Amino acid sequence: MDRVPILRLGDCLLVTVQVDMHDELAMTLQDDLTNKIVATKARGVLIDISALEMVDSFIGRMLGNIAAMSRILDAQTVVVGMQPAVAITLVELGLSLPGIRTALNVDAGLALLRKVLDRSGEGSYVD
Amino acid sequence: MSIEPTTLPVRSGEDVVRVRQAVRTLAMDLGFSLVDQTKVITAASELARNTLTYGGGGEVRIERLNDGPKRAGVRLTFEDRGPGISNIDLALTDGFTTGNGLGLGLNGARKLSHEFDIWSQPGVGTRVTITRWK
Amino acid sequence: MNRLASRLPAIVEQHQQEILTEWVRLQLESGSWRAGRLQESQLRDESQRFLALLVSNIHKGMQFDARNSQWSEIREFLADLSRSRATQGFSPSQVATFVFSLKQPIFTRLRTSLLNEPEALADGMWETTLLLDSLGLYTTEVYQQARESVIARQQEELIELSTPVVELWPGILALPLIGTLDSERTQVVMETLLQRLVATGSSIAVIDITGVPTVDTLVAQHLLKTVSAAQLMGADCIISGIRPQIAQTIVHLGIDLSAVATKASLSDAFALALKRRGLTVTGSATGAARG
Repeated sequence: MDRVPILRLGDCLLVTVQVDMHDELAMTLQDDLTNKIVATKARGVLIDISALEMVDSFIGRMLGNIAAMSRILDAQTVVVGMQPAVAITLVELGLSLPGIRTALNVDAGLALLRKVLDRSGEGSYVD
Repeated sequence: MSIEPTTLPVRSGEDVVRVRQAVRTLAMDLGFSLVDQTKVITAASELARNTLTYGGGGEVRIERLNDGPKRAGVRLTFEDRGPGISNIDLALTDGFTTGNGLGLGLNGARKLSHEFDIWSQPGVGTRVTITRWK
Repeated sequence: MNRLASRLPAIVEQHQQEILTEWVRLQLESGSWRAGRLQESQLRDESQRFLALLVSNIHKGMQFDARNSQWSEIREFLADLSRSRATQGFSPSQVATFVFSLKQPIFTRLRTSLLNEPEALADGMWETTLLLDSLGLYTTEVYQQARESVIARQQEELIELSTPVVELWPGILALPLIGTLDSERTQVVMETLLQRLVATGSSIAVIDITGVPTVDTLVAQHLLKTVSAAQLMGADCIISGIRPQIAQTIVHLGIDLSAVATKASLSDAFALALKRRGLTVTGSATGAARG
């Protein structure tokens, strides 16, 4: 069966979601990713969805779950690369992906993660 | 791929992907803009997943509409013989779900379509028809 | 018309070469072909192909209506010709004249061939007229359609041109909107903006509506949707230039803009954008002295 590749970039993980996600693939990804976060002690997760031709409520939910699971494992998630047509459709659908940080591309996503991680590092006693 | 109408099965996650691909091919062929293509395949995906999750699987009929020379459209009819919906109004409310989605499936598909029609009878099945014009 | 088998097909076929020579000569003499960018060789070639198609199809039956399936090959040829002449700068009547001018050489042949058969001659001339008129008018129809599609394309291009997305600073885009926003234009504008955000990797967009006289519910909703879509993509929007009347309208319409950063002027919005990017503007010594 296909798997979504997960790459390690320093203390972050980069997940590149390819076209045509189906349900089983989404479930495997959640398993693989949570395992990898723990195994690599990753602090950040970048999910690149620039190749996705659409995000429906199922995939929206999957992204939300990944962000929530990562947070429990002390990793911050940023979804990057959403295509304009996909974003317009999501808005029309009434889906706002609450609790998910987004960035235009992988670079911007990494910069955002750095900022968030630095901040949480400084003020960790507050959390 | 222009042998419409086509009927495709909706019995697995992979079928949902195939339905999306078939709908995209038709929408592209009809000259839909990228945004309109995305809207109609997202609606198709929502409904296909509903058919799979709540209807226990079924099929979809994909039709090309040519209403006059300048008006082209896609019509999708999802049909299952599942448990049916007892309260359609409730099912059409944002946030209502009995499955594992975000509860936006049915109403989301309605928002992304120009025409929306639902028929359902408890114990018999459900049929949802949507149309999106170019 | 078909009391007797028509003599037209046989005569045209028999004298094809003379008709062609005469037809080309007449066209060249009239000089109307020079109106557009057309080579003499191309005119000869097109005349020869048209006549050849006419001869090969005229035997299939005696339907003198261009819409009949008998003439589908000729219709295709004429459609191509009409479109190419439209782009070469010919007028519709000049294009139709290409077909009409074939009447004279055919009439001449009919007259010499049917010298002693006035009835057959009259029939032949009538049939030629019906057929060529119908084919000539067909070129006008195609010409018209070609023009219409050009106009439609220009309209689309105009909409795109009227939405210049400009880069104010690396990472900061501005979209100055001018004129009335209808639903269709707003949609194009917004799509263009979102695409440019991706293309330039800009994380902030300023939508300036100083030049927009009114905002109705639909347009306001489109604006809000754009802001939401940009946020989903990881970019922020600032709306600037909201005029007093528009602010009143927005509140009266019950549109909630509280989730969007709004600024009175484009410069205020730009200052906010710079701040969000972590940039500050300082006056240099020389600049201050001049000011």
